[in-house]
Amino acid sequence: MADCRFTPVSPALSFCRITPLRALAAALLACATLASQPVFAGKKDDTLRMAYDQAPESVDPYYNNVRIGVIIAANVWDTLLYRDPVTNEYKGQLAKSWKQVDDKTMEFELREGVKFHNGEPFDADSVVYTLNYVADPKNKAVTQQNVAWIDKVEKIDQYKVRLTTKEPFPGAKEYLSTTVAIHPAKYYQEVGPKGMNAKPVGSGPYKVTDYQPGKSITLERNTDYFKDSPKAQPKIGKVVIRFIPDRQTQMAEVISGGEDLIMSVPKDQAEQLGGMPNLQMVTGKTMRIVFMQMNIQEGTPAPQLKDERVRKAIIHAIDRESMLKNIVGDGGGLINTICTPSQAGCTQEGIETYKYDPALSKKLLAEAGFPNGFDIDIVAYRERNQTEAIINYLQAVGIRAKLNFLQYAAMRDMIRGNKASLTHQTWASNLVNDVSASTPVYFAFGNDDVTRDPQVRDLLGKGDHTIESGARNAAYKEALDIIAKKAYAVPLWTLPAYYVTTKDVNFAPYSDELVRFWDMSWK
Amino acid sequence: MLYFTIRRLGLALLVALTVSILAFLLLHLSGDPALALAGEGARQADIDMIRKTYGLDRPLAVQYADWLWHILQGDFGTSVYFKTEAGPLILSKLKTTLQLGMGALAFALLISIPLGVLAAIYKGSFIDRICLAIAVLGQALPNFFFALILIMIFSISLRVLPVSGSGTWQHFVMPAIALGYYVAPAFMRLIRAGMIEVLGADYIRTARAKGLPARKIIFKHALRNAIVPVVALAAVQLGYLLGGSVVIETIYALDGLGYLAYQSITYKDYPVMQLIVLLLSVLYVMLTLAADIANAWLDPRIRVS
Repeated sequence: MADCRFTPVSPALSFCRITPLRALAAALLACATLASQPVFAGKKDDTLRMAYDQAPESVDPYYNNVRIGVIIAANVWDTLLYRDPVTNEYKGQLAKSWKQVDDKTMEFELREGVKFHNGEPFDADSVVYTLNYVADPKNKAVTQQNVAWIDKVEKIDQYKVRLTTKEPFPGAKEYLSTTVAIHPAKYYQEVGPKGMNAKPVGSGPYKVTDYQPGKSITLERNTDYFKDSPKAQPKIGKVVIRFIPDRQTQMAEVISGGEDLIMSVPKDQAEQLGGMPNLQMVTGKTMRIVFMQMNIQEGTPAPQLKDERVRKAIIHAIDRESMLKNIVGDGGGLINTICTPSQAGCTQEGIETYKYDPALSKKLLAEAGFPNGFDIDIVAYRERNQTEAIINYLQAVGIRAKLNFLQYAAMRDMIRGNKASLTHQTWASNLVNDVSASTPVYFAFGNDDVTRDPQVRDLLGKGDHTIESGARNAAYKEALDIIAKKAYAVPLWTLPAYYVTTKDVNFAPYSDELVRFWDMSWK
Repeated sequence: MLYFTIRRLGLALLVALTVSILAFLLLHLSGDPALALAGEGARQADIDMIRKTYGLDRPLAVQYADWLWHILQGDFGTSVYFKTEAGPLILSKLKTTLQLGMGALAFALLISIPLGVLAAIYKGSFIDRICLAIAVLGQALPNFFFALILIMIFSISLRVLPVSGSGTWQHFVMPAIALGYYVAPAFMRLIRAGMIEVLGADYIRTARAKGLPARKIIFKHALRNAIVPVVALAAVQLGYLLGGSVVIETIYALDGLGYLAYQSITYKDYPVMQLIVLLLSVLYVMLTLAADIANAWLDPRIRVS
């Protein structure tokens, strides 16, 4: 075959046979050799690597509305107060002590000797400047709800400030201990939110050493973190958070050791990953409640829901306990009222509950004039498997529900446009452990209220603006009681959260879904 | 020729503009932008603030006209999500996407040329069918799926390549393969068809009669002619690769234009989204134009016509 003459469509020539193969082989060889071992995460280089699917639009805590933003904020910034995630007790963080002067005024004694990451000392100016700046609507903080209740903050002396709220606002301590971060006054005045995003400076247990918008953020242990902080002293040296939008890629990263921690993993996938030798699955409770809204406003697409018996039939038709066990999973818990059980003012005591009873459900439907059931659309945006199971239960009693699965914004548009009848909803209250952050969103005549009961609205309003806790809780309880008795919504459960981490790390989940790097350590 | 080019250029701009109007309208169809921008946990106060801040309470036509007017003045707007200038933001991501696009194109050519030549030589045989199967597979496999298979092989089993990110050149290997494999079949078929045609031509028969070695005949005489249309196709495909890298960049968390496009859609970041659509359509049209010119230059017959 030395003679390598070419004949079209002929038995091959050795050379002609080899060349393309040689090229392919070269390509494959290139693929194999080009690769030096990728960097693997882990305790060897004291770097915890975490992947998250969404990038924050800004690192300045007042200019983003995403969960990872809240996580970064809690690790990089401090707040005046601190809420113990286990006991829910308030402790002083940047404030040494505090007192309620009157219904609208609080005074804070500040801690001395605390320094921001850039060396700027913390004092009353930091509190006064930060809070007055972000509370001013002109400055366009995107987390308006977190700051809109602040009227003004005044300096009394270098380590004492007075905060006035616009109305009596019992939820104040909740915000001051979770989302209202304190910035260094001088630096913030100089660079503003834009500069704070480019080079974030806080006083928290971790400082930002590198930030590439949309790509990654690197935190390093603040070795000068003040010793009296109720947050623990950070143990892990470095934390790198990368924004990886694709869930499968995130999973591949933890499997291959490229990342140490991923969160909000779907249950089945978390279980699979947890079975791997180098990984562990950690389950935790969350504050996120799951419930169904029933639109009974004028013009609702499903007027059947206006009948209380139909609404009760829907609640009786769903076997919540069985769903909790089989679909929702560990860490979830049943709820009987539309609020997170840990929230101040949220009670289930003495509230009407509805058992799983499909026979009763059918009876109620027949009484309401629907012996053969009816057709209805159910709108949902997440936890699709749960919605599908609910649909099965509803169909079993004759309610032929059809799934309309949408993006969150589109779903909320539909609800607000009075175009949704039955909605599978969830709400996490943005860390705020107070009922004012949950029930009123759906029952106080806001845009998401599809029941509009003035009595409920007034009771919730009373609760929102009463400082004395006995009277406050009583008002909320009465509102929750009416919601339950009239079956305005279907309370379902709280969602569990699934985390997957490398086995090398000590990690404890908290119900606020906040990843506390300062609380973590290597095994 | 000059008049023709200018006319084509004008038409290209018109196309880009139309695309931008479409993109502008489509983005508004998927829900209230203020709501999407505010995020899931946002309350009414947050949403109202955003609506007012970004002028989303104005009529659509006014919003579009306003945007166009600013573009014409060289003001590309500010990203509502990242709060930085949209122009520099997009330029900073362009490099990654160009690297990926070039890598994918290189990979596509690397496999399609030998396979195309091989398929032509063994036309109708088992080898031809194998080559065809490889091509069909490339186009039939959704590229996100192929991307995940690559991750499983190279990152999880062999552990030779990093799963995601864009730090080093190793990060580009799998994305370039995943993206390149999808466009390779088009090249392969073009080369195969061209080669079959050329190999039957008189001058090849002459070359063979002269006793030239097959290597010389195939690569020097046949391939050189068969590859002419590939040059034109490559330019167009590069345009596709730049725009079509959204899925691949998202899977591999490559910080490029595709990923930025994905983010801007997710977060309803209108200024960025519109600019990307505009940039890509202009780029695509320019590449098509370049391909036409290259074609005319390579093939005198086109020039004459």
